[in-house]
Amino acid sequence: MSREEQEALAAAVSADPRYVALVARRARLGWTLSAIIFAAFVGYLLLIAFNRAWLATPIGTGVMSLGIPIGLGLILLAILLTGIYVAQANRHYDAQMAAILKDHGPRDAGA
Amino acid sequence: MKAPLLAAILALLAPAPAFAAALEGEAQRQPINWVAIAMFTAFVGLTLWITKMAAARTRTASDFYTAGGGITGFQNGLAMAGDYMSAASFLGISAQIFTDGYDGLIYSTGFLVGWPILLFLMAERLRNLGRFTFADVASYRFAQPPVRSFAAVSTLLVVSFYLIAQMVGAGQLIKLLFGLPYAAAVLIVGGLMMLYVLFGGMRATTWVQIVKAVLLLGGASFMALMVLAQTGFSLETLFARAVEVKTQAALADSATAAQAAERGRSIMAPGNFIRDPVSAISFGLALMLGTAGLPHILMRFFTVPDAREARKSVLWATGWIGYFYVLTFIIGFGAIVLVGTQGSYLDGQGALRGGGNMAAIHLAHAIGGNAFLGFISAVAFATILAVVAGLTLSAASAVSHDLYATVFRKGRATSADELRVSRLTTLALGALAVLLGLVFEKQNVAFMVSLAFALAASGNFPVLILSLLWSGCTTRGAAWGGTIGLLTAFVLTLLSPAVWTTTFGLGVAPFPYSSAAIFSVPAGFIAIWLISRLDRSPRAAVDKAGYAAQRVRAETGIGAYAASDH
Repeated sequence: MSREEQEALAAAVSADPRYVALVARRARLGWTLSAIIFAAFVGYLLLIAFNRAWLATPIGTGVMSLGIPIGLGLILLAILLTGIYVAQANRHYDAQMAAILKDHGPRDAGA
Repeated sequence: MKAPLLAAILALLAPAPAFAAALEGEAQRQPINWVAIAMFTAFVGLTLWITKMAAARTRTASDFYTAGGGITGFQNGLAMAGDYMSAASFLGISAQIFTDGYDGLIYSTGFLVGWPILLFLMAERLRNLGRFTFADVASYRFAQPPVRSFAAVSTLLVVSFYLIAQMVGAGQLIKLLFGLPYAAAVLIVGGLMMLYVLFGGMRATTWVQIVKAVLLLGGASFMALMVLAQTGFSLETLFARAVEVKTQAALADSATAAQAAERGRSIMAPGNFIRDPVSAISFGLALMLGTAGLPHILMRFFTVPDAREARKSVLWATGWIGYFYVLTFIIGFGAIVLVGTQGSYLDGQGALRGGGNMAAIHLAHAIGGNAFLGFISAVAFATILAVVAGLTLSAASAVSHDLYATVFRKGRATSADELRVSRLTTLALGALAVLLGLVFEKQNVAFMVSLAFALAASGNFPVLILSLLWSGCTTRGAAWGGTIGLLTAFVLTLLSPAVWTTTFGLGVAPFPYSSAAIFSVPAGFIAIWLISRLDRSPRAAVDKAGYAAQRVRAETGIGAYAASDH
């Protein structure tokens, strides 16, 4: 695709309401997930700073403390949220974007 | 600190005040470990073969910088994980768990949470706009020379501080594991790294990183599995036995029964981790946002064909790194139970033979004898090599692509010119790395990693985020605002206790917190915002007008460099 074709395609796509809606949806998901992981991590740091005793509480009658599932859970949360975003973006958003580009482009765009 | 090398290794990865006293001690030189040397030689043979294969296909600048853009998301994810799982994180975190228990987990989570942020806010946009370096993205709609110069200087600073800490840590670690002299270790690391990067470029660097990541994950998985097999695959049993071991040790140390029970239980909760909330949050911010500003990590986004694969690489990287941290957690507790109770691994005073960071190494011996000990030692050496190679490649790219080709030659350099300059830079950087490694042998360089993360979080991260997401950002704002973020992080780190008091011995530090990020990251953002708002130059109008076109390309991938362009 030449520079001119790219510019024409970009202009046409950015005026498409489906594109505007898709980008807004993707950004909303990205910012929501960022806020979740950020809040979870900062919350964890605040617990460590202000309430160590609570993190040290044993679970049931065992020796394992509450802090262990919480810390390991944060690791799992990071992986899980990444998985959610990639599944959503790669399965749905990419196909929707490709469809929009195809409607405006002379040939298979996005490449 | 009781175990200076433990601190040294941890300092390599953790910018925390608890480890500020790090890297001042020398590792005890061990007897020459022939099994480890044989295994390492096999690894070197394999990587040199990889380099030879890669060299045959490294003809253009794009081969050199991005392996021709043909790496898959899965491969790139492993390579990114490899860049992140340093010998420091393997030996350091398991050693810290061996000593303090729970605290190691806090570091692990801090190192992991930057990855989701990198994915959600930057990954696809980086891939869609960039070609070789993160400066391609940061300077996309701006006047090239100022923003490229900022990005190149920032890259060189971040990489240099990271590299010095790695080289010094490498020398100490190899002296310890292989019984080689410090200077020989530094020369071997510098020499091999130069061969990989010089001849094999990104292709060799990526595959060396992948091989090492697989070896490290495999070795660590085996160790964790063997530990769990001993406790009937119950974490509760593992923790109960670890608490028992620590309690007995405290009793033997003439503590009362109540004190001993408390010391035993202390490994189940945060202990010495930063108690001051401002420092704790600041440290967390530096880790989280610094990850999204590390040039050698950002560069990896350009080795995959498209945004789709870029996202997949982050998912794989996050998964492998997270899995690895869970393994080190089990390995650390396993070491308490299996190593901490064996007299043969301890010196007279009950400390680990060879230094605190030997916990995982002794555990390898307890599990698989001399052969497995050799294997794990060789993997640790391989790990350092691969990380150092990745760092050098990103610095060489900043010099040849950003400074030479774009700023100096105004984009008129040929691919061959650029490649030649990259290789010359690699040679210079390799020599410099060895030299710095030798110069800093006995220096306290612990603050350098914390500095690298703080610089990346305060300079690169705000510039990237605002150039990608804020239409009002201008050339002046990005270049000068980014520089102010960098300088704030740099100056505050110099004034912090780890440098002012511990390294230079100048008394009470003027800046009381352990990490600058809570001040320097906002300083970077505010400076970029303010300077952009006040910018009335004709260029500012061009910059703002260019946002719409940049945005649609960033979101759609129209005009993105594809593998075939490379």
